[in-house]
Amino acid sequence: MREVAIVGAGMTRFGELWKQSLRDMFAEAANAALSDAGADHIDSLYVGCMSGGQFVGQEHLGPLMADQMGMTGIPAVHVESACASGGIALRSAFMEVASGMSDLVLATGIEKMNDGADVTNVLATAADQELEVYHGVTFPGLYAMIARAHMTKYGTTEEDLAWVSVKNHKHGAMNDKAQFPLEVTVEQVLASAMVAEPLRMLHCSPVTDGAAAVLLCPLDMAKEFTDNPVKIIGSGLSTGSLALADRADPAFLDSVQSSGEQAFKMAGVGPRDVHVAEVHDCFSIAEICCIEALGFVDQGKGNKAAQEGFTAIGGCIPVNTSGGLKSKGHPVGATGIAQAIEVFRQLRGEAGKRQVENAHIGLTQNMGGSGASSVVHIFQGV
Amino acid sequence: MPSPRYWREIPNRYRLEAAKCTGCGKVVFPARRICPACRGEAFETINLTRKGKVITSTVIHVPPDDFLMEAPYAMAVIETPEGARLMAQVVDCEPSSVMPGMEVDLEFRLIRKEGNSGILCYGHKGVPAANGS
Amino acid sequence: MAGIVGYGAFMPRKRIKTEEIARQWGKNPESIKRGLLLQEKTVPGFDEDTITISVAAGRAALDRAGIDPQKVGALYIGSESHPYAVKPSGTVVSEALGIGPEVHIADFEFACKAGTEAMFVALSLVEAGQMEYAMGIGADTSQGAPDDALEFSASAGGAAYIFGKDNLIAEVLHTYSYTTDTPDFWRREGEFYPRHGGRFTGEPAYFTHVMGATSGILERTGYKPEQFAYVVFHMPNGKFPLSVGKKLGFKQEQLETGWIVNMMGNTYSGSSPTGLAAILDVAKPDDLILITSFGSGAGSDSFILKATDHLPKVQGLAPTVRSMLDGPRQYVTYGEYAKLREKIIVND
Repeated sequence: MREVAIVGAGMTRFGELWKQSLRDMFAEAANAALSDAGADHIDSLYVGCMSGGQFVGQEHLGPLMADQMGMTGIPAVHVESACASGGIALRSAFMEVASGMSDLVLATGIEKMNDGADVTNVLATAADQELEVYHGVTFPGLYAMIARAHMTKYGTTEEDLAWVSVKNHKHGAMNDKAQFPLEVTVEQVLASAMVAEPLRMLHCSPVTDGAAAVLLCPLDMAKEFTDNPVKIIGSGLSTGSLALADRADPAFLDSVQSSGEQAFKMAGVGPRDVHVAEVHDCFSIAEICCIEALGFVDQGKGNKAAQEGFTAIGGCIPVNTSGGLKSKGHPVGATGIAQAIEVFRQLRGEAGKRQVENAHIGLTQNMGGSGASSVVHIFQGV
Repeated sequence: MPSPRYWREIPNRYRLEAAKCTGCGKVVFPARRICPACRGEAFETINLTRKGKVITSTVIHVPPDDFLMEAPYAMAVIETPEGARLMAQVVDCEPSSVMPGMEVDLEFRLIRKEGNSGILCYGHKGVPAANGS
Repeated sequence: MAGIVGYGAFMPRKRIKTEEIARQWGKNPESIKRGLLLQEKTVPGFDEDTITISVAAGRAALDRAGIDPQKVGALYIGSESHPYAVKPSGTVVSEALGIGPEVHIADFEFACKAGTEAMFVALSLVEAGQMEYAMGIGADTSQGAPDDALEFSASAGGAAYIFGKDNLIAEVLHTYSYTTDTPDFWRREGEFYPRHGGRFTGEPAYFTHVMGATSGILERTGYKPEQFAYVVFHMPNGKFPLSVGKKLGFKQEQLETGWIVNMMGNTYSGSSPTGLAAILDVAKPDDLILITSFGSGAGSDSFILKATDHLPKVQGLAPTVRSMLDGPRQYVTYGEYAKLREKIIVND
């Protein structure tokens, strides 16, 4: 396999983008990535999107988006793994370049959530329709059950959950692409409306529009595009049971552990070697469970990491310096790519006020459903 | 809910019909073609006991449209004596009282109505276990 | 001789007190309670209907009968609140109980006596030797119009009876029906609430038919009121069954056990069948029992039963009516009641 690098990145702002359609957002992000790299063509395109069909009635996104960037004719395909669609697009692009099949591959992620679709129902299609959604559970409901299992087993508190939101908002307040670039306090989080006990409104990531793109090429071609490429040194993908009832331990995300192990093995590094990480905080509890499963902290010890500053900028392992899904926003299909962009910027020293000092190895972890899929990538500054 | 999709699930929704793998003994609910434990394809049909224990739970405050009038309601992962787990609402009690460890009986209830003119969809929900059961 | 081999009942756990409804409409709670002899009634949740109640009662009946559900050759459910206007309740219930596909199913309707109709037909098929077992169920979740007298009594609940020829827990000695066309209470297709003729529902309707059927069966069989250990009549409110009982020559002690309306309300097609279940829960071998239902429109079915030695062995095999009336329950406010009974207009 060839070594693969990211040589350019671009994204829209994340938020309620009323004036931009699914295709508009795609075109903006795609061209921004090409400009960033100084590239004028690509060999292949991956479009990560949870559901163009259910949100805006549009399937067949591969050819549509190739056309939207003026490149009809190239191979282009829509990939989906619920909220991990972006991470899957990245992995697919990585494999296509690594295998030697193509040189310049654009990995993109997009989602248009605010055009009037019933968001709760659409997101619930990532859960088990017959066993879970049939009975009236919602997405926050599933993570709430994971939270309660974690609280019962490890004594995690609502306040511990609140600290994750507080930390991520503190980071996101410094991100001009974020949907909610403002700080929140623990009191505000704990006073927000209950969504599914114990998760409150401010424990949950928002409904967001957005698009993001990264351009990949073989490492030995990278200098044509940038003096500071970022190498992808590891990739892992794992599946877990779709239904929460089928998990041996609802408080543990086994797919996250497994995908992390695969990526670390490929990269030849371990959790302690990571300087900065973007982790899937669709709900505060998810960040706690993910940092445990990835091995950044011991199992059951993730609950205090945010409060103690362990995962804040300046701490041992800064997590979600972009603001995470909570503050930056979560346009479902775009998230996996946006995570990669944050790490890309960090490893090139371009993260401005959010910069982690001497960041050389970074990690992204993107998850689908209530942990039914997880994709991890590890990056190294060159 | 399209009728064929509902009708196929009647055995597991109405009778808690499960499948016990004749190879490794794992009880799969609902029944499937391939055993998730040993990948075997031979099963015997069993009906789960209509009781169980709450493994984890929540109270849904922001419901999907079809369940608007019922919120807030408790939902739980429930484990039956056979070791099978299922997800269901728990009703006839204060939603906040539904906590891990609670013993429940499983009763036949109307789960959802598809608007004013669609089919009625039934299944089971948990209720606090009767004393001494 | 055919008779009952298994019985069961079920009522929702939510309740509303008479005074809560009275206060809503500015009425004096004490005089309503005195006038109707009602304390509280059952309220079905959004997730409860004639089908779910029938399944619960049917499961209890099967537990007491101890038979293979596959041997039940017919299942009839009588109700005036079948969930579908077209599509039988009986097929959902039979699938849930593990009955069928070799089974006769039909839904019955005759205001409040559809339950005893279902029981009568099930019994008759077994008596005729057509099948080994047959089940008849009476269950309802009927509505009372806001600020109407019926709002105090219309409630939800039901009971199921399995008839057979062997291992009887109660023999059915005789049946008798008395039916005329009397428009005392009705609901037109598409209307949400029923309507009634006020005081016309009393003497020409309830009393004429309950007395017609009961005197009819007593005359036919030669039994005298004092020979019965228990008697239960249809219970539209607390007063009517006590009053008709007295007129027919029965005493308070005979009426007491089956008179569960003051806590349960009027479960329409489930009314006298549930009262009968309350009696079977405590009856002793050889006790004679009389049940007379009443359905508006109008008619009454009477049954005379005799408990057997087998009855005490099965009483404890499923929840008793008393345990449901007195057991854990949740009281709702009028607002919650209105929401649960869909009396509040909402957008599509």
